[in-house]
Amino acid sequence: MNIAVLVKLVPDTAAMIRLNAEKSGIETRDLNWVLNPYDEYAAEEALALAEKNCGEVTAVACGTENMVDALRKTIAMGANNAMLIKRDGPYDQLATAKAFANAIKDRGFDMIFTGYKSTDDDSTAIGPMVATLLGLPCVAEVNKLDVGDGTVTAERNIEGGVEVIEATMPCMITAQKGLNEPRYPKLKGIMMAKKKVIEEIDGEIGTAQATTTVMSYQAERPAGKIVGEGVEAVGELVRLLREEAKVIE
Amino acid sequence: MSVLVYCEVSGGSLKKASLEALTEGKKLAGALGGSMNAVVVGSGLDAHLDAIKNHGADKIFTVDAADHDNYIPEAHLTAVVDAASQASATVCLIPATVRGHELAPRVAVKLDAGLIEDVTGLGAEGGTVVSTRPEYAGKVYRTLKSNALPMVVSTRPNNFDAVADPGAGEQVDLTIDYTAKAKVVETRKAGGEKIDVAEADRIVGGGRGLKEPENFKLIEDLADTLGAAVGASRPVVDSGWRPHSEQVGQTGKVVAPTLYIAVGISGAIQHLAGMTTSKTIVAINKDADAPIFKVADYGVVGDALEILPALNAELKK
Repeated sequence: MNIAVLVKLVPDTAAMIRLNAEKSGIETRDLNWVLNPYDEYAAEEALALAEKNCGEVTAVACGTENMVDALRKTIAMGANNAMLIKRDGPYDQLATAKAFANAIKDRGFDMIFTGYKSTDDDSTAIGPMVATLLGLPCVAEVNKLDVGDGTVTAERNIEGGVEVIEATMPCMITAQKGLNEPRYPKLKGIMMAKKKVIEEIDGEIGTAQATTTVMSYQAERPAGKIVGEGVEAVGELVRLLREEAKVIE
Repeated sequence: MSVLVYCEVSGGSLKKASLEALTEGKKLAGALGGSMNAVVVGSGLDAHLDAIKNHGADKIFTVDAADHDNYIPEAHLTAVVDAASQASATVCLIPATVRGHELAPRVAVKLDAGLIEDVTGLGAEGGTVVSTRPEYAGKVYRTLKSNALPMVVSTRPNNFDAVADPGAGEQVDLTIDYTAKAKVVETRKAGGEKIDVAEADRIVGGGRGLKEPENFKLIEDLADTLGAAVGASRPVVDSGWRPHSEQVGQTGKVVAPTLYIAVGISGAIQHLAGMTTSKTIVAINKDADAPIFKVADYGVVGDALEILPALNAELKK
């Protein structure tokens, strides 16, 4: 089985995010960069599936040279091959998705995995877009997956319930937390990742359908108050919620 | 110029997020100078047409058949694309629900349109669409201006008001031609009357301060009294105390309820990112220096296990 996993490098979710002086983007210095947490679930699922079916996993990333780190982290987990789509383009999901789709369309992948969301721009678009560009079905936000013979059965949480979805293969699966427990890279994998030759191809820049005008911070909340300590404060808290905040009856 | 809004019917009910999107669509159509239309796929849709009309739809494109009881992604994709073509839509709004997160990017591909996801602010400026969306789970916001139309925009649920402002409401039956490569074969509702954390107007969130998973009973009791949903911090989800569906924060759900009560949650930056736009925040924590108190409107310092029963009793008075 020939499997692709689309990966991205993002700032650690514990990072304090600051804007640059021009307010055109974030300040990227001093950030700790990690593999997008949801891509870890995608990579784990891809690797486990490949192990079961004597398959191969190719990690694919799109962006500037620093995206190589995302590929090396995925190789360290166990991916067999890696491809960097070199693209230093404007911020645009469709342009990025087209670069991915063009790069992988003739590679005969039976399954494609990616994280359901990237924790930097909070976008859930790349998986569904690449699937649509390639004419493949897409099941997003999957937290349980069974791969059968030519079909997959997947589950996802929706608002107030669970959906069970069947799809034909090849198929795009975007991974939600809960799908699996991602493995930690072993020393052998880390050594392998350092030496692995990464295939590089040029990606189309494309055009941006929208331009960022400004970035901003969320408005700061006004300072609150400590109502009191222990159970004695409960009466006053409830009074404030009823009479001042008016959020309960 | 016209706006098309995808209305989501799931489990037989029209999602509130659809009415919110219709309301924003109506305003946007007014600003851009055009009609506002809706598209909806499901079965027994007559029950929902009045609500869709009352929230501003001039035309309502419908695909109404029993086989659409369950979600078929390609059918909905085709319906939106066909309706967008018939209505010459320049902006397509889709509620950013779980389904919308998947559908909106696919519509953007089919229309070869730009996509702006999960917006919390939307307007028009000289014929362009201006939108604001959170990134890094709300640590920062990005404002974008469209370079070209059409655009596909997904609107964050629970963020915009739903306001009635009737449109002409003319129903148009769509006949769609699609190949189903994926389909929902089963939908299981969450047990009982449980409220989903992403849709809740009130949330009681619990963290490590509860000390043991069994003590979440106290959180559930308080949530019952308030008609609230139960939320959880990442550490208690990672420890297996609570399901991921309840997790609030950067790797869980971003929520903005009217009332968020954080109990035994210290307020790690990735949790705060997921809930600081809540209207009123209450923090209960034994550590007076916990970061959660910096975002809370009302704080009580003390042991969650003592305060929770007292708070529940007081609210029942």
